[in-house]
Amino acid sequence: MKLTLHIWRQAGSHSTGRFETYDLADVRPDMSFLEMLDQLNEQLVASNTEPVAFEYDCREGICGTCSLVINGTPHGPRNATTTCQTYMRHFHDGDEIFIEPFRAAAFPIIRDLVVDRSSLDRVAQAGGFISVGTGNAPDANALPIAKQDAEDALSAAACIGCGACVAACPNASASLFTAAKISHFADLPQGGPERGERVRRMIAAMDEEMFGSCTNHGECEAVCPMEISTRLIGQMNREYLRSLVVQT
Amino acid sequence: MGTAVSAPASMTLDGKVPVGPLAEKWTSYRSDARLVSPKNKRQFHVAIVGSGLAGASAAATLAEQGYRVSCFCFHDSPRRAHSVAAQGGINAAKNYQYDGDSVWRLFHDTIKGGDFRSREANVYRLAEVSSQIIDQCVAQGVPFAREYGGYLANRSFGGALVSRTFYCKGQTGQQLLLGAYGALNRQIAAGNVVMHTRHEMLDLVLTAGACRGIVTRNLLTGEIQSHAADAVVLATGGHSNVFYLSTNAAGCNVTATWRAYKLGAAFANPCFTQIHPTCIPPSGEHQAKLTLMSESLRNDGRMWVPKKVGESRPPTEIPEVDRDYLLERKYPAYGNLAPRDIASRAAKEVCEEGRGVGPKGLGVYLDFAESIAERGRAEIESRYGNLFRMYEEITGENPYRVPMRIFPAPHYTMGGLWVDYELMTTIPGLFAIGEANFSDHGANRLGASALMQGLADGYFVLPQTIGNYLSASRRLPAVNGELQDGARRVTDRVGKLLALRGNRTVESFHRELGRVMWQYCGMSRGREGLLEAIEKIQQLREEFWSSACVPGDHTHLNMALEKAGRVADFLELGELMCRDALTREESCGCHLREEYQTADGEAQRNDEQFAHVAAWNCHGEDHEPVRQQEELVFSEVKVAERSYK
Ligand SMILES: Cc1cc2nc3c(=O)[nH]c(=O)nc-3n(C[C@H](O)[C@H](O)[C@H](O)COP(=O)(O)OP(=O)(O)OC[C@H]3O[C@@H](n4cnc5c(N)ncnc54)[C@H](O)[C@@H]3O)c2cc1C
Ligand code: FES
Repeated sequence: MKLTLHIWRQAGSHSTGRFETYDLADVRPDMSFLEMLDQLNEQLVASNTEPVAFEYDCREGICGTCSLVINGTPHGPRNATTTCQTYMRHFHDGDEIFIEPFRAAAFPIIRDLVVDRSSLDRVAQAGGFISVGTGNAPDANALPIAKQDAEDALSAAACIGCGACVAACPNASASLFTAAKISHFADLPQGGPERGERVRRMIAAMDEEMFGSCTNHGECEAVCPMEISTRLIGQMNREYLRSLVVQT
Repeated sequence: MGTAVSAPASMTLDGKVPVGPLAEKWTSYRSDARLVSPKNKRQFHVAIVGSGLAGASAAATLAEQGYRVSCFCFHDSPRRAHSVAAQGGINAAKNYQYDGDSVWRLFHDTIKGGDFRSREANVYRLAEVSSQIIDQCVAQGVPFAREYGGYLANRSFGGALVSRTFYCKGQTGQQLLLGAYGALNRQIAAGNVVMHTRHEMLDLVLTAGACRGIVTRNLLTGEIQSHAADAVVLATGGHSNVFYLSTNAAGCNVTATWRAYKLGAAFANPCFTQIHPTCIPPSGEHQAKLTLMSESLRNDGRMWVPKKVGESRPPTEIPEVDRDYLLERKYPAYGNLAPRDIASRAAKEVCEEGRGVGPKGLGVYLDFAESIAERGRAEIESRYGNLFRMYEEITGENPYRVPMRIFPAPHYTMGGLWVDYELMTTIPGLFAIGEANFSDHGANRLGASALMQGLADGYFVLPQTIGNYLSASRRLPAVNGELQDGARRVTDRVGKLLALRGNRTVESFHRELGRVMWQYCGMSRGREGLLEAIEKIQQLREEFWSSACVPGDHTHLNMALEKAGRVADFLELGELMCRDALTREESCGCHLREEYQTADGEAQRNDEQFAHVAAWNCHGEDHEPVRQQEELVFSEVKVAERSYK
C-alpha cells in the first residue's frame, strides 16, 4: 500500500519543530509500524538525508522504549498494544498518518520523535523499591503470600514505564505510572514497612518533576499497553491518606 | 589478511580455580579472599558498563558494600536493558517441589547441558548461589507465581526433569530487572551510584597493562569523555545481533567487549551461539527482528509438520495420520521438551526436506489443540495468555484456533570475554559478568539459566571477588595522558565513520553479514562454508569502509552513527566466530560440524582434542588472532555422551 506520512521533525530541544510530509510506497500489511518507518529511513539515508529519529529497542512490547503518538493517540489505534507491536494490517492504502512524539512538560523533546523520560526514573528513585541489601533475605518460602495478592501485585508491576499514560493525559499527569508502583508494593507484605514513606515521597517527586495532577479523565488507562487500571490511582490515593494517619 | 587459519596453539590459560573439593571451593575462596576495609571502600571507584540484570545487581550491591560506583548504559533508562525481555523463568536449586532437585543436580544438568565445555568450579558455584537469588528477589518484592497455599510455584523448563523454574507469567525478566533497578535506584538516590544513561562505552583506558577507566560518548551531545576507575566491569549483554535477525533487542551489540578484545582481553568460544527453536518465523525482507515465543510453550504445545512434501491443506484439515510429530518420534523420552539445539536442528532439517510450513516453508507447527481440549481454554489462557496475544498481533493468526508457526532464531551467545574464577578477564582490573562473559554455559545454555547467571554474577559472585583484586592492587591513578589517548582514539573513530558518505546503507551491510553468519556459522557448519564465509566477511568489511553511508554529524543524537559503529564491530566479530568454528573440529553443544557426525546424523563430540575453552587474542589489525586454550578438567563429574534418545 501507499501512505502519506506527516512526521514531526525537530532538530533539538530548543528548536522549533514542524510536520514534514513523506510519501511511502510498498508498505506491506505484515510489516510492523516501526518496520514501515525503517523503510522510510533507509530511503532517507540512501539519499544522504538524515533519518527520522525515533526510539525503540526490544520491538516486542516489553521494554517501554517505543513512544509514538499515531494520529493523535499514544501507541496508535490498537488497544493494549505498544507502537512496536502495531502492524500495518490495521491501516489502509492511501491513509494519511500523523506521527508525533509523546508530549508533556516533564518529557522535553530531544530530537524529532525522541523525548526525555528520565523524570519517570526520578520518581522511581524517590521510593519505588523495597530497602533490602543483597544477602539479607530470609528463605523465599518463609513468607507465604496469597496467590491473588501476588497476581494483583504482578498486574500492577507489569507497567513498562513507557509514559503513554502521561502523553495521553490532558494534565500530563504521571498518576497511573506512580500508582502502579505504589500498588505493586502495597499488595505485598514485603512492601509494608516503607508503605507510608514510599507513597509520600513518590507523590512529592511527581509534583517536583512537573507532572500534572489527576482529574479522572481516564485517558491513561485507555492507552496503557499493559492495561493497568485507574482503580490503582484510587488505591494510591487511599495509601496516601493512610500514610498521613498511620505513621510508618 | 589471508584466510589461512592458525592451528590450535599450545598456550594455555589458567582459570585460577581454588583447590579443594568441588563443594567447598567457593566457601574456602571466600574465607581466604582479601577484604577491603570499610573505610577504604569509599576510596575505590568502580565503573560498571551495563545496567541489565548483571550490571544493575552488581552496581547496587557494590554500592551497598561502600564502593563508589558509576554505572553506564546506552539506554535512556536502566530499566530498558534487554534482560527485560526474558519470558520463561529463572532456575534455582530450591527443591521446593520435593522432586529430587539439589545443588548437585542443577550443577550436573548445567554442565551436561553445556556438553562438558564449561568450567566445573564456576558452574558448581552458580548452582550453589542460585537459591539465594530467589530469596533476594522475593524480598525485593518480585511477584513470582504462587500456589493457592501462598507458596512459590515452579515449572519444568527446557528439558529439565525437575521443576525448578520460578516465573512471573511471561514477564520474568522484566520483574527481575525491576527488582535490580529498584535496588540500583535506592543507591542512586543515596548518592552511592552515579548513573550515566545514554552513554555508550567505546573504549577502555589501560595503565601499565591494567584497566583504569573507560571512554564514553554521550549519545545526546556527542561529548567524548574519559572516566578513571580502579576497576571496570563489563555487563554489556550478548551479541546475537551479529546474525542481524535474532531475538535480541535492536540495540544489543558487541562493541564494549570487542573494544576490550582489541586491547588484549581474550575472547572465549566466540562460535558458541544458541539458536532458539520457538520464534515467530520471518515474514519478509523488511523484518527487523525475530520474536521469541517462550519455550515454556513446549510444555503444552506439540511440534509437528506434514508428512508429505508440498502439503497444501490448512493445518486443521490435516488428519493425524498425515502429521509427523517430529520430536516425539525422534526423542520419545523427552518429546516436545527436548533441548533447544536438538529441537532447532530437527526443525531446520524438516524445513530443508521441504516439509516446512508458512511463507517460504520456514516454519513448523506448535499445536495446542490437544492441551486446550484436555485442560480447557481458560487454563491455557492463564498460562500463556499474553504470549498468544502477542503471536496474534504479529501474525494475524489466532493460536487458539490454528497451530502456531515457529522457527529457530539466534538467541543467546555462550561465547564472550574469557574470565577466570574471579570473573576477571585477561586484562587485570577488567571484569566481565552476565551474558558478556563466556563462563557457565559451555557449548549450550539450559533454559532459565541466563537470568540465574546474570544475577549470580552481579549479586553474589563479583561483589565477593572484586575486593580480592582491589585490596591487592596498588592504586595507580590513570595517567592523564592515557585518559586523553583513549578519548583521542574514540574521536578518530567517530570521525572516520562520519566521513563515510558512500551509497550503501549500514543496515544493508548488517543484513548481508547476518545472512552469511546464519548460512555458514549457524546451527550446522562445515569447513568449506566457513572458509567461504571468512572471505565474504573480509570483503564486506572492506566495502563497508569504502562505500557505507553515515549521514548527520556527531554533536547531537545520531542513531545512524551509533548503528554504524556497532555494525563495524560485528563485521570483525563475525570473522572471529567463523575462525573459532573452523578450528573446533567436533560437533558439540548447539552446533553440528558437518564433518563430525555419526551415521544417523547425531553430533560427534571429540573430548580427547577439544575438551577445552578456545580463547582468542588479538594481535592487531595486520596479524591473525591467536588461539589459546584453557583445558577443562572434570574432577567430580563423569564426562558422558549426551543422549536424549
Ligand atoms: C527474548 C529473550 C528471552 C529470554 N528469556 C530468558 C529466560 O526465560 N530465562 C533466562 O534465564 N534467560 C533468558 N534470556 C537470556 C537473558 O535474558 C539474557 O542473557 C540476560 O538477561 C542478559 O543480561 P545482561 O545483564 O548480561 O545483559 P543485558 O540485559 O542485555 O544488559 C546489557 C546492558 O549493557 C548496556 N550496554 C551494552 N553495551 C554498552 C556500551 N557499549 N556502552 C554502554 N552500555 C552498554 C545496555 O545499555 C544494557 O544496560 C532471554 C533472552 C532473550 C533475548
Ligand atoms: S520497542 Fe520495546 S516496547 Fe516497543
